[in-house]
Amino acid sequence: MITLAHYLTLSAVLFAISVAGIYLNRKNVILLLMCIELQLLAVNFNFIAFSRFLDDVAGQVFVFFILTVAAAEAAIGLAILVVLFRNRRSINVDELDSMKG
Amino acid sequence: MVPSVLFAIFAGVLVLSALGVIIARNPVHSALLLILCFFTSAVLWLLLEAEFLALVLVLVYVGAVMVLFLFVIMMLDVNVTRMREGFTRYAPLGAIVSGIIILQLAGAIWLRSGLPAAEPLTPREAGHSNTRELGAVLYTEHVYAFELAAFILLLAIIAAIMLTLRQRPGLKVQDVSAQVKVQRKDRVRLVKMDAEKDS
Repeated sequence: MITLAHYLTLSAVLFAISVAGIYLNRKNVILLLMCIELQLLAVNFNFIAFSRFLDDVAGQVFVFFILTVAAAEAAIGLAILVVLFRNRRSINVDELDSMKG
Repeated sequence: MVPSVLFAIFAGVLVLSALGVIIARNPVHSALLLILCFFTSAVLWLLLEAEFLALVLVLVYVGAVMVLFLFVIMMLDVNVTRMREGFTRYAPLGAIVSGIIILQLAGAIWLRSGLPAAEPLTPREAGHSNTRELGAVLYTEHVYAFELAAFILLLAIIAAIMLTLRQRPGLKVQDVSAQVKVQRKDRVRLVKMDAEKDS
């Protein structure tokens, strides 16, 4: 039988995988953004599981707002990425050090 | 019994595709596997009877956000091999850190008692509308947060347009407002002259 603990464990595994993804793909800004989306998905999993098992709809409202903010974040992040690529011809994190002293 | 099997299948697909996202060589493959992640998550949210959010996840994430990601990945000509420098060097560190996270969270979840409502789910009665339930609180209790979310989306639209807008110098384009504003006297010149006469 599937209990709350199963959902929470799945969400924990998903979160840990995306943290590992941030370590592995630390050069590529697009993949960093995708790993952040994956982390938000893991957090949303927690909210929805608790909302179902506590029978409280407030958790789903919170997920709704997280989805909104995540969409705005993705739009602005990708716009910044496009401008960055247009100016520097690269999105490698190591080369973005022009403000280093 | 059926929900347990469905949960096992889709949880497995979700974890495997999430692993694929972070180790795929090609960013396009990563984005496509992330789309698979969102689809399987939507199915799992349907199992949790959050139907509205499951559909919103497919529509907004798969339909808008991931298409935007794919668009940007394909528009930018990214050198993939240089991006993967240090991949194997940081792999053990990432594995250790994620292993610690999983152990800590699983320990907190499984070893500590007192999780609320760990008993099996009882399905909701037929005719129960998740969308109606969500809308009933969204437009009353959380109406200020809702307006704030709308404002954030407006801000995101303006920011994305302003960031990527550029005017190239020396580009030959029509100036529409100047064309509309033009008056008759700017273009037409009446010339008074005597008629030509044969002499």
